[in-house]
Amino acid sequence: MTILFLILAVLAIVGASAAMAFRSAVHAILSLALAFVSLAILYLSLDAQFVGFTQIIVYVGAVAILAVFAIMMTRSDSAHHHSEVFSKSWLTGLVLAGGVFTVLAWAVLGDKTQHAAADTPAPVTTVTQIGEALMQRYAFPLEIMGLLLTAALIGAVVLAMPLLSNKSAANPAAKGDAR
Amino acid sequence: MASMSTGFANQADQIFVVLKGAVVSHLPVILQPLVSAIISMVGVVAVFAGLFALTTVFERKGLGRMQNRLGPNRVGPFGFFQPAADGIKSLTKEDLVPRAADKAVHFLAPVVLVAASFLGYAVLPVGRNMVLTNLDAGVLYFFAAGSMVELGVFMAGWSSHSKYSLLGAMRAVAQMISYEVPLVLASITVIMTAGSLSTVDIVAKQAQYTGTIAHWYVFTPWGFAGFILFMIAATAESNRCPFDLPEGESEIIAGYFIEYSGFKFALFFAGEYLGMLATSALAITLFLGGWSSPFSFFTWVPSWIWFFAKLLTLIFCFIWVRGTLPRLRMDQLMGLAWKFMLPMTILNLFVAAAWRFVPGGLPVRWFVCAAMLVIPFALLSRGLRSEKKLQTRTYRFAE
Repeated sequence: MTILFLILAVLAIVGASAAMAFRSAVHAILSLALAFVSLAILYLSLDAQFVGFTQIIVYVGAVAILAVFAIMMTRSDSAHHHSEVFSKSWLTGLVLAGGVFTVLAWAVLGDKTQHAAADTPAPVTTVTQIGEALMQRYAFPLEIMGLLLTAALIGAVVLAMPLLSNKSAANPAAKGDAR
Repeated sequence: MASMSTGFANQADQIFVVLKGAVVSHLPVILQPLVSAIISMVGVVAVFAGLFALTTVFERKGLGRMQNRLGPNRVGPFGFFQPAADGIKSLTKEDLVPRAADKAVHFLAPVVLVAASFLGYAVLPVGRNMVLTNLDAGVLYFFAAGSMVELGVFMAGWSSHSKYSLLGAMRAVAQMISYEVPLVLASITVIMTAGSLSTVDIVAKQAQYTGTIAHWYVFTPWGFAGFILFMIAATAESNRCPFDLPEGESEIIAGYFIEYSGFKFALFFAGEYLGMLATSALAITLFLGGWSSPFSFFTWVPSWIWFFAKLLTLIFCFIWVRGTLPRLRMDQLMGLAWKFMLPMTILNLFVAAAWRFVPGGLPVRWFVCAAMLVIPFALLSRGLRSEKKLQTRTYRFAE
């Protein structure tokens, strides 16, 4: 329980709670980014460089940016649009979250290796080792994931591409007038 | 005599390291790591902020020369104190915040932008033994820090509640996302060949010599292509001409930081130049051998002089390009990123892998790999050119 851990934990929790409490979608995303960054620094303080930097690249650089981009494209800024912070189904949500927390806590507490690991020093994992594991032992899952992502990419392009038969409806002038 | 001269060269090379060591060694042991880190950080921040000031005046004078005018020449000798005057001006200027603006986000945006721009410098080796931290995943760290800049840009554009700033932010974020892909893919070739993500290791691999010539990656076909692709993507990442649509003075005035004045405006300006300096420094680290000299008979020149000489050369190229090329249109910009840069960087990955396995001597390897790059390049550019159908432009809102 170092000071660094306390600061990061507070930042992460405050960021995550603020992400739920803010009415404005942009504020929520920015506070979520704060939570992501504090989690990344937490990973770094645990000597997990690869995970930490990947957390920033993927979650701040891609997920948060994608979300803000969606907001800029659609302009569905809810800053002036008042909605309830608590949704009507908050009880269901609470039960589900509690259930997930119970399962996770049960799994963590029931893990026997955890107590043993406290005494032995943590293994030093370099990026090279992660790369070797991905390229040798886990090469097949990696390929499958690459295939999946490529399929998703092609799917996105197909969705975004104006259909050939629908060409007249998709020209920019008509779109602009409709808006 | 020879040993004396190398001894002197070594001293000149390590002068900053020795000076820091001398200062730190007088302190109690507990304080030493902290003070050492602070000295290095202050050094990096001061040197690169100073370089930013110098770059602005170089840029204005260089562009002036290219456009057949004088550029700033009133403040100090040859106008070299212009940045000081600009700094004082921006500090004393009124800080205006639009009434509709989101106050907190509007204030935080320049802070996030400049802080993220400075983060990348932590892993850049500016000389032998002169790096803030030698991270195991240094290049990854650099890109992670760079991805936070986009968030700062968005915050600025969105919080101003102005359509110009929002348009600028949208353009900037779209451009940065698109060009980050070729930027990273171009640097992966180096990571693959060096077998390390640590910037210090990558430079050390290049600071070896065959005969008199250094092992810089830019001297290989894939390294040369990678360097060019990297620099194109870096120009786009730092929103500089010909990729300066996010700022587009003639259409959206200044883009995402239009609603900022005084020192906050100066911070955006600084963030942009610091980003350019940082990506140039990464290009030097990855392709141009970092602090190493190109020829073995020049190794007596201190390493930090090599680094900053290369940096200033690259900055000159940036200014040159800005004075030469017109701005791209949005569709041309995206077309370049996805139709040209992406295929070429992916091809370059294969060439870098082939470079390792092609049998035969160096000339054979060179020829085979260069052919692997040049032929697809010619075919791709021909294909892209034939795709364009020139016709009369139609305008939606104008005659």
